[in-house]
Amino acid sequence: MLIRWSAAIAAAILLSSPALLQGALAADKPTDPQIAHIAYTAGVIDINAAKQAQKKAKSKDVKAFAEDMLRDHEAVNKQALALVKKLNVTPEDNDTSKALSKQASEKLAELDKLSGAAFDKAYVANEVVYHKAVNGALETQLIPSANNAELKSLLQTGLKIFQGHQQHAEHVAAELK
Amino acid sequence: MMPVRLPSIAIVLVLAAMVAPAHAATIEITMENLVISPAEISARVGDTINWINKDVFAHTATAKNGDFDVTLPPKKSATSVLKKAGTVDYYCRYHPNMKATLKIEP
Repeated sequence: MLIRWSAAIAAAILLSSPALLQGALAADKPTDPQIAHIAYTAGVIDINAAKQAQKKAKSKDVKAFAEDMLRDHEAVNKQALALVKKLNVTPEDNDTSKALSKQASEKLAELDKLSGAAFDKAYVANEVVYHKAVNGALETQLIPSANNAELKSLLQTGLKIFQGHQQHAEHVAAELK
Repeated sequence: MMPVRLPSIAIVLVLAAMVAPAHAATIEITMENLVISPAEISARVGDTINWINKDVFAHTATAKNGDFDVTLPPKKSATSVLKKAGTVDYYCRYHPNMKATLKIEP
């Protein structure tokens, strides 16, 4: 049952509370096909956010950040697709993926109403929160739960690169203030 | 034919080794799993750096002092010849946590 921790991830993204995420996650272990789906979905969400930012962002730094997100997340997802194909695994939709997608489309709609500096600030602030939540989930739940060594290794590379994204987002957020 | 040919090939190889300047080396620097290795290496002016990107991510080797800025698409390599002496700190513009130092001797 993924319901408890999917709700927790959603809540963590809303409230930006990694402690809550960690506390509630311990109960259940997602399977590899579910992990693959969650990781891929998380990537698609950030790609869509970056595409929106490319259209709407005003600041040069924010545009460059969005470009970096697009490049890296597309690379990770391309790799993830190649891996599931190789392993003959069909990614399995699940409550966590659904919760993530729902949150993300709400956020996209919310950000769509903003423009200029207000958009820049809100986008980058959300990128900080989002990467924090995803990194927390990777570290405490997805990586430890992954059975397949190659999947685990891809998630570890993902974590490393997303930690860099979080730092980058924090840096850009500080510059915008 | 063979016994005649082999010594001549050997002579050519020896000559080639003598003609090539002793210090012009090719040095490999690899980017893998978001790490540059070796993190610190010495080279000389005239040496060639073979930049190898083993990651699925694009990287750059960007000198802080502006001396070079090499872009490396995923799984690609590139070469550059060192032209200026000095200790150069460089990093990846896309992943600034990737940092290394190149000591270029005259």
